[in-house]
Amino acid sequence: MMRFAVVVFPGSNCDQDCRDVLERVMKQQVRMVWHRTRALGRVDAVILPGGFSYGDYLRTGAIARFSPIMKAVQRFARRGGLVFGICNGFQILCESGLLPGALVRNRSLKFVCRQVWLKVRNMKTPFTCACPARPLKIPIAHGEGNYYVEKKTLDELKKKHQIVFQYCDAGGRLSFEANPNGSVEHIAGVCNENFNVLGMMPHPDRSAEAVLGSRDGFFLWKSMVVFLMRKRTSCSA
Amino acid sequence: MKKNKGGIWKADVYVTLKPSVQDPQGDTVLRALKQMHYVGAQRVRMGKFIELWWDGKMSKKAVEKKTHEVCDRLLANPNIEAYHFILRKMTSNEMKVAK
Repeated sequence: MMRFAVVVFPGSNCDQDCRDVLERVMKQQVRMVWHRTRALGRVDAVILPGGFSYGDYLRTGAIARFSPIMKAVQRFARRGGLVFGICNGFQILCESGLLPGALVRNRSLKFVCRQVWLKVRNMKTPFTCACPARPLKIPIAHGEGNYYVEKKTLDELKKKHQIVFQYCDAGGRLSFEANPNGSVEHIAGVCNENFNVLGMMPHPDRSAEAVLGSRDGFFLWKSMVVFLMRKRTSCSA
Repeated sequence: MKKNKGGIWKADVYVTLKPSVQDPQGDTVLRALKQMHYVGAQRVRMGKFIELWWDGKMSKKAVEKKTHEVCDRLLANPNIEAYHFILRKMTSNEMKVAK
């Protein structure tokens, strides 16, 4: 069994969804970590959940990145630990510099809450290694998910295969219409150079069971568990 | 010099989106202006205005340095935003009105 930490900020609202998926669906151990805490303890992966940390004041994620726990998250990430930011968690990772770019207001200016299709661009990351080779149906719910990055960094992201998810249609085609928020290159999720930190706007925590309308988010959680199990086995062998 | 010792330093901080970043809010306001028949309206960019007060006993140089620091660390995101500020001592009348 792997140990996951779910960080809780004031205004997080998907922390219990993450806990539920990890504990009940994935049968893993979960520790909820309040943002004022300074240490993560012994964990195998850290989840920064969705929500509206600090009311999204100033910029999304801008204040949360200075929470005491974030220093521990940065240390954990530097040592190669898995850090997964979903929605507001992605915004916090960008603000804290663990991921490149920033998330700005949706092109439509509207809060968009619906199922979208995602093309998995890199299936070798710890977060996607158990994903099937077809588009994934996962919901989004955000007003500021429009990913922006300067051209030079965008070229780097492409070259280093750091673009993990792109918005597409059910057939896997990228288009203006299939992009719900105006993100550059239809980007829905990116990882860092070492592939141990992933941020994405869509919610695999809200799509890990068929009863919720899609089970495709399950593959991301499964990927993480499979990756960590392999790592543990190879370390103890 | 003596009157500069007390009071409050006030930094008026302007945070704006870099020219390369889309501004859907500004675009929407521009469209509205055109619908209102302001034919000369050309461009609207939305930003943030932040008032920042500092202890008047600090030197101007120190306040400038601290203001840059908080803008770089918190008030603006260098990936998407630029900022500038105007720093001055508040008059006693301004302080009365502001409080």
